Amino acid sequence: MPNIRDLVDYVENNDWAFTQGHRLCPGCNAPMVANWATLAAKSLGYEPVVGVATGCLEVSTTIFPYTSWNVPYIHNAFENVAATISGAEAAYRSLKNRKKIDNDKIKFIAIGGDGGTYDIGLQSLSGAIERGHDFVYILYDNEGYMNTGNQRSGSTPPGADSTTEPIGKASSGKLQLKKSIVDIVAGHEGVYAATAVTSEPWDFMRKMQQALEFRGPAFIAVLAPCVRFWRIPDDSGVEVTKLAVETKYWPLWEYNMGVYKVTKKPKTFKPVKEYITKLGRYNKLMKRPDANEILEELQNYVNAKWDRLLALEELTKDKPLRTKI
Amino acid sequence: MSNLKGWKEIPIGGVIDKPATSRLYKTGEWRVSRPVIDREVCINCMQCWLYCPDMSIEGSIEGKRMKLGEFKMEYCKGCGVCAAVCPVNAIVMKPESEFIDE
Amino acid sequence: MPVKLTVTGAHAVAQAMRQINPDVVAAYPITPQTPVVEYYATFVADGMVDTILVPVESEHSAMSAVVGAAAAGARTMTATAANGLALMIEIVYIAASYRLPIIMPLVNRALSGPLNIHCDHSDAMLARDSGWIQFFTENHQEAYDFTIIATKLAEKENVLLPAMVNLDGFITSHGVESFEMLDDEVVKEFVGTWNPKYSLLDTENPVTFGPVDLFDYYFEHHRQQEEAMNNAYEELPKVFEEFAKISGRKYDFLDLYKTDDADYIMVVMNSTASTAKYVVDELREEGKKVGLIKPQVFTPFPKKEFQKALNGRKGVVILDRAMSFGKEAPLYSLIKSALYEVPSRPKLGSYIYGLGGRNTSPKMIRQAFEDAFNDNLVADEQRYLGLRE
Ligand SMILES: Cc1ncc(C[n+]2csc(CCOP(=O)(O)OP(=O)(O)O)c2C)c(N)n1
Repeated sequence: MPNIRDLVDYVENNDWAFTQGHRLCPGCNAPMVANWATLAAKSLGYEPVVGVATGCLEVSTTIFPYTSWNVPYIHNAFENVAATISGAEAAYRSLKNRKKIDNDKIKFIAIGGDGGTYDIGLQSLSGAIERGHDFVYILYDNEGYMNTGNQRSGSTPPGADSTTEPIGKASSGKLQLKKSIVDIVAGHEGVYAATAVTSEPWDFMRKMQQALEFRGPAFIAVLAPCVRFWRIPDDSGVEVTKLAVETKYWPLWEYNMGVYKVTKKPKTFKPVKEYITKLGRYNKLMKRPDANEILEELQNYVNAKWDRLLALEELTKDKPLRTKI
Repeated sequence: MSNLKGWKEIPIGGVIDKPATSRLYKTGEWRVSRPVIDREVCINCMQCWLYCPDMSIEGSIEGKRMKLGEFKMEYCKGCGVCAAVCPVNAIVMKPESEFIDE
Repeated sequence: MPVKLTVTGAHAVAQAMRQINPDVVAAYPITPQTPVVEYYATFVADGMVDTILVPVESEHSAMSAVVGAAAAGARTMTATAANGLALMIEIVYIAASYRLPIIMPLVNRALSGPLNIHCDHSDAMLARDSGWIQFFTENHQEAYDFTIIATKLAEKENVLLPAMVNLDGFITSHGVESFEMLDDEVVKEFVGTWNPKYSLLDTENPVTFGPVDLFDYYFEHHRQQEEAMNNAYEELPKVFEEFAKISGRKYDFLDLYKTDDADYIMVVMNSTASTAKYVVDELREEGKKVGLIKPQVFTPFPKKEFQKALNGRKGVVILDRAMSFGKEAPLYSLIKSALYEVPSRPKLGSYIYGLGGRNTSPKMIRQAFEDAFNDNLVADEQRYLGLRE
């Protein structure tokens, strides 16, 4: 796993793989994910080829004739980054077989927001994983369609205000829990899948390396706050994700061919309410009479989910489901 | 629109044929407050370098040690993440109005 | 030496694909395109080609994957029909605007609904403004030949546009007929190797495909697409010429059948042209000066060729196998508009035929000609062949 020295050394002697001049909001956590993912790959000696789904990261980093990508990059559409990258990966295999290209270092990285991953892009992601393409899919999860102005997605948590399921006099907004996207991906079985957060860069780097080295589809879901629509101060995204881990809201774990592992086990946990009340997007919820009820449900859910993770870890220890993709 | 190129002068297919061209776009103009670092306090851990969402902090390896470099104001959007993640509180955010002369 | 094969049209197309041996094929099955993919999968399974076949989970992903593959420098193909084309249409437009020379046989089928699996051209017309080159083919030989011609044209440096080869669902795709297959080596040499200008795999020269293209450049990029289509029009005669050298078959924008001295001309695309030729022969025997035009190229639209071919005729009947609800039928409206500029305009008649695979008999075709003979053509009236009142 690259350490901070390796990264500094790499950038000093080469360059950033993802560069200055992008137009993401000040304090956005998405560029951290893009930067770390490409830098990890580069510093490990790989040549990343990146695909990005339509969304904030895409629109803000490639406004013609400006691009913030210092590596080959393709955006195709909103729902198809996995399929697009699967095609590029197939081309790589074909051109290598045919001796038209001589480069063993290329690695394919697809990046999508939660809309492009949990919702409209889920089919394309599932197909590409099932076919066993060798690529790393990185989800930057900001829990809503932020590029288009904070509409709800399958990742928006209950009680969070959104413009398509707003909290109003007669509604507590979205009530459904987030889909458990990493479980959905893990359901493909022949896959490496993990969660990560911006407050744990070295956990992310380790998982990124594992994903890059995994010969087949790999998936990392990174909780990456949108400061604007989470209604939090510009400088607080990282701190918020720390709290997400400390409250069991976003446990850090990984799945590798059937084996579950919890990668961070805090000794004590804070109540999930501490996390929720930090975020302005829950302000309206907190004023509602059913706020406590919704919070309690969420607390029960994260508790159960955590216990379940530990049990899965125990149950699957040294018992991979598959050894080959 | 005068310095924009005509249709015969640009690459086809919407391709941007060079990497990292967004460096020509100076996001520093967005800034309303800026980071000021106390080098005496800084321990060169590079946490801010790693976290800066705008890659606007420089870093280097000098001998065996890492060294935090310049904060590039042409790109810094003033988000304050560097100050927030600094483990020794070496960075403070100051209103841009204090630097009007620069 | 060329060989005669007596097979289905789907097989003929798959053979052309085998000879071209693209780097990547990504496809999803849909009747009546399915056998094209199945034959190709068999070629891959038997090691007759070393293409990487990506058996995607939808047509949307088929087009997305070939866009990714083509951007990575691969020669790519897919194939689809009707609902498959509709599902992928978003990316069909993107493929053209990214200037990726993807080749796609489109086995024409009615675009629902209600559901219908049989032939008409409503699917092709869905994509008429997508920026793809569109060829239309009458039979197995043409479907095979144009798959090869399309590859050659699409990859020309001043063209770089994707191309569709239309063949009629079931009638051509599933009917068994003889065609002449060129030698593998001859085709290989004809299409040559594909050397893209930009590739995602060129890590020394990283490029960005598919940026956000706002009001300051989007318009310019679209003007470039128009130029490329104009270039395709300019390049095609040369490609036809070169193809004639290897095959002995000389194509043109329009297949003109007995039109030289014809007073009355019918225009119809794809397999129905065979029936129409039969009717033309019959009418000729009866002393009627009739002829037939079968466009081989729909986009770029051969406007000048139509003007030349139709100027001064007494009557022209145009058959469309698709409707454009509330507007004139697609082929008809284009020909009508082309004739605005000719000095001696013929009388025109618009006929819709064969929707959802409805059989089109010689009698129906004759009926359209009869309207022309009887001076019963009304330019503003849409008529229907084989429709029950
Ligand atoms: C087919 C299609 N439907 C809708 C849109 C509009 N759209 C563009 S980006 C976006 C939301 C993106 O959300 P997400 O994937 O969560 O990424 P974020 O912007 O939050 O980073 C939507 C709805 C589109 N571009 N394409």
